This record gives sequence, C-alpha cells and structure tokens, in this order.
Amino acid sequence: MHADRDWTIPGLMVGFATVLALGLLVLPDWLINLTTVAFARAIAVIGLMVLWRTGLVSFGHALYVGLGAYTVALLGKEFEVSEILLTLPAATVVAATVGFGLGFIVRRYRGIFFAMLSLAFSMVLYGILVKTEALGSTDGFNVSSPTFLGFAPGDAGLTLRATFVMVCLLGWATTTLVHRYLQTTLGQLTTAIRDNEIRVEYLGFSVARAIHVKYVISAALAGLGGAVLALSVGQVDPDSMVNWPVSGELLFVTVLSGPGSVAAPFIGSLIYELIRTYAFEWLPHAWQLIVGATLLGIIFFLPGGVWSLLQRVLGRREAPS
Amino acid sequence: METAVTTLLDGLVFSSYLFLVSVGLTVIFGVMKILNVAHGSLYAWGAYTSAFLIGVWSEAGLADVGTFLMIAAAALLVGCVLGFVLERGLIRFMYARDEVIVVLATFAAFLILEDVILLVFGVDPYFAYQPMALLGSTEIGGIQRDVYSLTLIGLAVAVGVSLWVGLTRTRWGRLLTAVIHDREVAAAMGIDVTTVYVVTFMLGAVLGALGGAYVAPMVSVAPGFGIEVIVLSFAVVVIGGMGSIPGAAIGALIVGIARAVAVHQLPEVELFVVYGVMAVVLVFRPQGLFAPARARKI
Repeated sequence: MHADRDWTIPGLMVGFATVLALGLLVLPDWLINLTTVAFARAIAVIGLMVLWRTGLVSFGHALYVGLGAYTVALLGKEFEVSEILLTLPAATVVAATVGFGLGFIVRRYRGIFFAMLSLAFSMVLYGILVKTEALGSTDGFNVSSPTFLGFAPGDAGLTLRATFVMVCLLGWATTTLVHRYLQTTLGQLTTAIRDNEIRVEYLGFSVARAIHVKYVISAALAGLGGAVLALSVGQVDPDSMVNWPVSGELLFVTVLSGPGSVAAPFIGSLIYELIRTYAFEWLPHAWQLIVGATLLGIIFFLPGGVWSLLQRVLGRREAPS
Repeated sequence: METAVTTLLDGLVFSSYLFLVSVGLTVIFGVMKILNVAHGSLYAWGAYTSAFLIGVWSEAGLADVGTFLMIAAAALLVGCVLGFVLERGLIRFMYARDEVIVVLATFAAFLILEDVILLVFGVDPYFAYQPMALLGSTEIGGIQRDVYSLTLIGLAVAVGVSLWVGLTRTRWGRLLTAVIHDREVAAAMGIDVTTVYVVTFMLGAVLGALGGAYVAPMVSVAPGFGIEVIVLSFAVVVIGGMGSIPGAAIGALIVGIARAVAVHQLPEVELFVVYGVMAVVLVFRPQGLFAPARARKI
C-alpha cells in the first residue's frame, strides 16, 4: 500500500473534466461566467503560490496581469489578431520577458522589500497606462471577440461557453505542468529556500537563480491569467487590471487557497468569486470588511488555507513533518 | 525664475505632507520591524475625525482659532484609541510570525477599518475649510498661496525635530534604542518591552492620524482617502531607509521635489515619478538611502 502515492495528476484530470461537464450541461450562464473569471484569476494565483512556497510575497503581480490583458487587447485593436492560439502565447511571452528582465533586480530581495519593489514596478505601469491617451487612459478599451482555432462563435452564449472550455483546458494544463515542475529538484527548492537559504547554497544550488526561475514562471502565469481575464471580461482598463488592489486580490486568493496543492487556487478563487457576488448583493457597503475579516480568520486559524481544511474534512493523513 | 520658486515651494509643501504621513510608519517599523499597512486607514480616520470635529466646533459658533485645537484633538484621539486597539487586539499576536504574514494581517485590518469609516461617517464627503479661511492667503513669487498649506512645512519641521530630540536626548529614547538594537537583551536588562511596543505603536498611530487631521481642511475628505497614502508613504520610507527618521525626511524631500518638478515640467510622468525614484533607489541601495545599520544574525 503506497500511503503517499500522488493522486494529483489523475485528480486534476477528473476534477477539470467534471467542472467542464457540469458547466456545459447543468450550470446557468451567470455561473459559467463566474467560473471563467475565477479560473482565470486562479491561473495567475498558481504563480503566486509557487512564490509563496518559497517564502516570497509579491504585492505587484497586477503588473503581469495587466501586461497579459493589454497584450491581448492591443493585438486585437492594432493588428486585428484575435485568434487565441496567437494572442494567449503572445501575452504569456510578453509577461515572461518582462519578468525575466525585472527578475535580475527582484531576485536580490526578500520579505517586505520584495513585496514593495514588486508594488513599485506595477505602479509604474499603472502610471504609464493612466497617462496614455492612445490606450484609452483610465477608461481602457474593448477587447475584440476572440476566435478559437479559427472558429468564430457568433452569439454571446457560444462565446461564453468557448471561453469556458478554453479556461478549463488551460487550468488543467497549467496545474499539471506546475505540479510536475514542483516535483523536479529545482521545483523542490521552494520550501528549502524558505526554510534556510544558506543551507541551499551549501548544497550547491544558486538561490538567486532558483528564485529568478520561479519569478519568471509566476510572471508568465499571471500574464496568461490576465489574458484570459481580458477575454472573459471583454474589456481592459488600468483600475481593474493593473492597480494595486488587483495585486491585493490575487494575494488574498493565494492565502485563502493555501500552498497545499496546485488545485487549491481554483477552489479558493471560486470561493472568492462566490463570496464577492453575494456580498455585493446583500451587503454592498461591507465588502472590504468581509474580505478583511476572512483574511484575518485564515491567518489566525487556518494557516494552510482552504486546502488544509479540505484535507482535514476528507480525513486525509496530515503530513507528520 | 518664477517657475523655479513655485516649483520649489510646491515641492516643499508636498514634501512636508509626505514626511508627516510617512514618519509614523517609519517609527513603527524602526522599533517593531512591522510594516503597518493599516497606517493608511489611521490617516483616513484622522482626517474624518478632524473634519467632523471642526464642523461641530464651527456650528457651535465658537472662535475659528479653536479649530486648530480640534485638529490636535482628532489626531490624539484617533491615534491613541485605534493604535491601542490595533496593537493589543492584533499586532501582539503577530510578533512571532513571519514579517510578510504581519503585512497581510495589517492589510486585513486596513480593509476592515476602511469599511467601518463608511459605516460611521457615511459616503458623503466632508469639508472643513474654516482653518484655511482663517489664515487667508499671501503672495509669494507672483502667485497667491494660502498660508495654511505653508504652515505644513513648519509642522513637519517641528514634528521631525521633536522626534529626533525625543529619540536621542531623553530616557525614553534610550530605552527605545536599546529595544531596537536587541529586544531580548533589553528585556533581560529590565526594560518593559511590551509597554515600549504599545507606546511606540500608539505614537506611530498618532503621527499617521495627525497627517490626515492636518490635511483635512485642504481637501474634501471622501471614501478611498487612505489608499493613495499607504503606497506613497511606503515609497518615501523605502527610499529613505526603513526605520530612519532623517531617512524619511530626505525621502520625503526627494519625492516631493521630484514630483513638483514633474508636475511643472513633464506632467505625463507625474503619476509614476514617485515609484520610479523608489525603484531606482532600491536597485542601487537595497536598504534605502539611510537605513540604520543592522547586526547580522544567523
């Protein structure tokens, strides 16, 4: 009996297939839309989770969400390219390239300084976008409706479903890849770096390089997430894509989900979207209060996030580390 | 020439404002190693309370000079009450946790306090123009300026000097320095570290609230008031070196003048000149320009 056999890979496949089937057969339109937005954010959160496992918190990943979103939107607006096979990779590459460049700087910092430097970079992009009239300034502009592998869905319902299928497939692909990455030696350096950097150096690994790689991964995932977000919302603007509350939102979902599994961000993000929808309906003036209280509750009582709660409820063995 | 004078004066006023709002943050960080995101809401609470008290004072028909008393009262009231509640109710459970977790916890406190402001003061903006009307305006360099915003410079200098004297020349300052240097040894020498922490946090909170309270008459106090301030004061504090009061002053001067120059010469870059300066400083001096030296512990 392999007690610690890893069920993640088949689990992810079954999980995403179930969500996909549910979405296409049962769920009403508003719930499909909500899931699409939640999953888009979850893709970005996976990257933050990888950083968080390393002991790093970024207060500025809205930078990459914004880069991804604006890349997709600009490709449609300026070059009339709306094929997702082109726009999504382009968004990912743009975010990863910028992340690679800035990585040389941020990899020298830890703790608060890492968080605040990320924030500074994202606010620079925000400042640029707000002042650029050609990009719609604070109003932003619309994203042209995408084509999927050459297929152009005519009406809104079909576009919604096609985007939903796309986000499920992307979610499955990214979680599987990141899970595989975390099992490699470089991937397992995450918690090692958090626990003791000096020891990692003595083992013969470069901490700076390992952090750089993780930073680029998180940037690429945030860019992809931003691109999908732009497609599902249908519009980009600085305040909802690049401003610092977006980074705070991503961070909140990261903490809510917990670092336990690559699947956790999807559950956490869904919970976040649901809370938000109902909070806006019933208690429109207490939205931030609810988020803040939840965050405090998790920090105090559930440091492992929702995922650790799931593990406990399902009676799974806690890692006796 | 006139532009130069105007730019310099604008820069100085803005620098003073930045120094006032960020010095509380750097005091708390210097002593407790805590980055207090809730500082932004202390600022907003200070502003709301001050605007409210000034309104009450004027409606009672009392002399306008007293409104300055109301500003001070608002800062003390908000800072002491909220500072005490935050430290005893939240921060003290956080000393053993990772510094980044503490940032998240104070971020949560910020979100909660933001909504409590809306519940207490409502969503309508507050105006408290009386202190500004009282002082009138004067002409400097061919441009009319209101005296009130110029007094900001004096207040910033007064706060900075008294903090510096308090920290280096008094018994309390020495106790603080001991705790900053090594918390455990200080405790072993009989210093009541808990009290030092509570008082420091309340002092930082009063300073944050004072920033808001003094600025309230110059602007309309409306929801979302505290958000910009956190990010700005972080930038100032990081540029100067976290935990250093002269650093906060220099950081505020650099940012304030850089922004004033940007506003007058290159309006396009105004929004991000602050963060640009911060990024450049961090790249070359990771600890900021004037960070106090820290013993390396393994």
